[in-house]
Amino acid sequence: MMGRGRLAAWGLGLAALAALPFVYRDPYHLHILVLILIWSFAYTSWSMMGRFGLVSLGHGGFMGIGAYVTALLWNHLGLSPWIGIPISMAAAGALALIVGYPCFRFRITGHYFVLVTLALSGIVLQVITATRDYTGGSLGYTPNRTSGNKLLALQFDDKTTWYLIALAVWLFGIVVWHWVDRSMARYALEAISEDEDAAAAAGVDVTAEKLKITLLSALMTALAGAIYCQYQMFITPDTVSGIAVSLQMVFAAIVGGLFVSLGPTVGAIITILLAETLRIGFGTQAVGWDNLVYGVLLVLFIIFLPKGILGSLLDRLKPQRKVPRAHEQEAVQVVRPGA
Amino acid sequence: MQALLDVFDIYLLEAVINGILLGGVLALLALGLNLIFGVIDVTWICYAELVMIGMYAMYFMVQYYGVSYFVAAPLTILLVALLGAALHYLVIAPLLTAPPINQLLATGGVLFVLQSFATVAFGIDFRNLGIRLPVLAFGDMNFSYARLLSFVAALVGMVAVYLFMTRTFTGTAIRAISQDRQIMALMGVDAKRIYLITSALGGALAGLAACLLVLQYDVHPFVGLSFGPITFLICVLGGLGNFIGGFIAAFLFAEIISLGGLFSDLEWGYVLAFAFFIVMMFIRPAGLLARRR
Repeated sequence: MMGRGRLAAWGLGLAALAALPFVYRDPYHLHILVLILIWSFAYTSWSMMGRFGLVSLGHGGFMGIGAYVTALLWNHLGLSPWIGIPISMAAAGALALIVGYPCFRFRITGHYFVLVTLALSGIVLQVITATRDYTGGSLGYTPNRTSGNKLLALQFDDKTTWYLIALAVWLFGIVVWHWVDRSMARYALEAISEDEDAAAAAGVDVTAEKLKITLLSALMTALAGAIYCQYQMFITPDTVSGIAVSLQMVFAAIVGGLFVSLGPTVGAIITILLAETLRIGFGTQAVGWDNLVYGVLLVLFIIFLPKGILGSLLDRLKPQRKVPRAHEQEAVQVVRPGA
Repeated sequence: MQALLDVFDIYLLEAVINGILLGGVLALLALGLNLIFGVIDVTWICYAELVMIGMYAMYFMVQYYGVSYFVAAPLTILLVALLGAALHYLVIAPLLTAPPINQLLATGGVLFVLQSFATVAFGIDFRNLGIRLPVLAFGDMNFSYARLLSFVAALVGMVAVYLFMTRTFTGTAIRAISQDRQIMALMGVDAKRIYLITSALGGALAGLAACLLVLQYDVHPFVGLSFGPITFLICVLGGLGNFIGGFIAAFLFAEIISLGGLFSDLEWGYVLAFAFFIVMMFIRPAGLLARRR
């Protein structure tokens, strides 16, 4: 349960965030903030699975489906994103179930799970590229500009509206994170991540619990993809799907901190500011440099600071907080059984 | 001979044989990954990116410096072997006692580094070797020499690894250490050295694959993404660390891709392969050759 002081701090912070675009209107900075919020939401969605040891590299696939299905339905069938987004989320959810069920039912964990999901995001990328007659292939895809009702088409020109939408979506992600954090499912999933057999013996339905969190995570990631597409009005297979995007999610969540609700958000702030700084610093030659620094940092973080910046900071501030749960320890500490 | 050919649809037969030829290279890739996994218990997510770097090395040596292909190939193999050893020394070794997921993600970071390094250093243009090997006509079927050469070289490479693993002391030590990590240290085998040698060997296999793939495909910084996922699928389907399973799975996948490509685009072959993979996971979740529990 949150203390009253914390609740007040959250309320104040949110009020300040919501009021920001009415006071400060620099479009470039607002644009960066919107991007940070949307990606934070995506990273938060990923971390909902990742914090329980379900490391998925397939989320690039879910995000791609969210973005492309919404845009394709709008351009080819004239379906409003209000209908298209739920459909795209359902599609991503269905794929998550199809891939997740055999994985969880047959205890495909660890390396195997990562490789299967990795292949999943690779395949989604291939499908988007292969159906280039519809999706524009690797050249990218633009949803048609609407001439009619902007609200119906979910296309807004001004940044303030988008900022508020992104803020709401991000807040929704954080709320869901806390909802999961307080639910019984969290205890079940923590038990599973520590010892599947013991959890099953204690009456936890391992397959069902894992499927539920995977489904939730995939749905939210697809939503993030759709919102990103509506905001940017231009998507390419590489920016919304594929292995690079999946790794980017993992990276940001780990940099920020996997086991705290604002960790992925901190990760998004750091990575996007880093990318923007590099982009401005290097000018047009920046192509590749930001990812190069990303990659080096990711490796360094995993070796030296596996709990992430926010996670380590919180630990530093409250050393006597509590004994870390075993699966958190596992991500931090050394000896692995049988190693 | 002609009677035999008449029985089959000629295109179908051509696709089947091309599938076998493709399978050789895929099996080589899977072998390298399986070797690393079987011995060090680590998955190199960036394996296909090592191949990409090797392809660039071939391209620059042959195109820019005019080195002959057959001189450049061993140099490339050596270079990628060194890269593999460096990867182990710099990234994997500090993480050997960390949870497996962290090791895997660290190599994911290396994937980023290699990809963006190639983008920064070589640009995003598609480049090819400019060597056009003749096409072999057999009956009414056409096979490219490049594929035939790759297939043969891949097989030779695999046999060489097999002989190394069974006939030399180091090879025996590698196999032993994959069976029991703790005991081998007591038997006087330096595990660190063995890991380093295995990583170099895995890198060398990636280098060989690079020399062969550069004959058939253009190289660009993201070329690893086009065969990386399929390599992982092959390894999982064959059972991670299971050499024979990986070998069989490579040919199965190659056939599916080749036959799928016969009816539609190559990308759809990949999609078919993935669908097949999902189905197989229901039937044989622990790999093709795993015993049923």
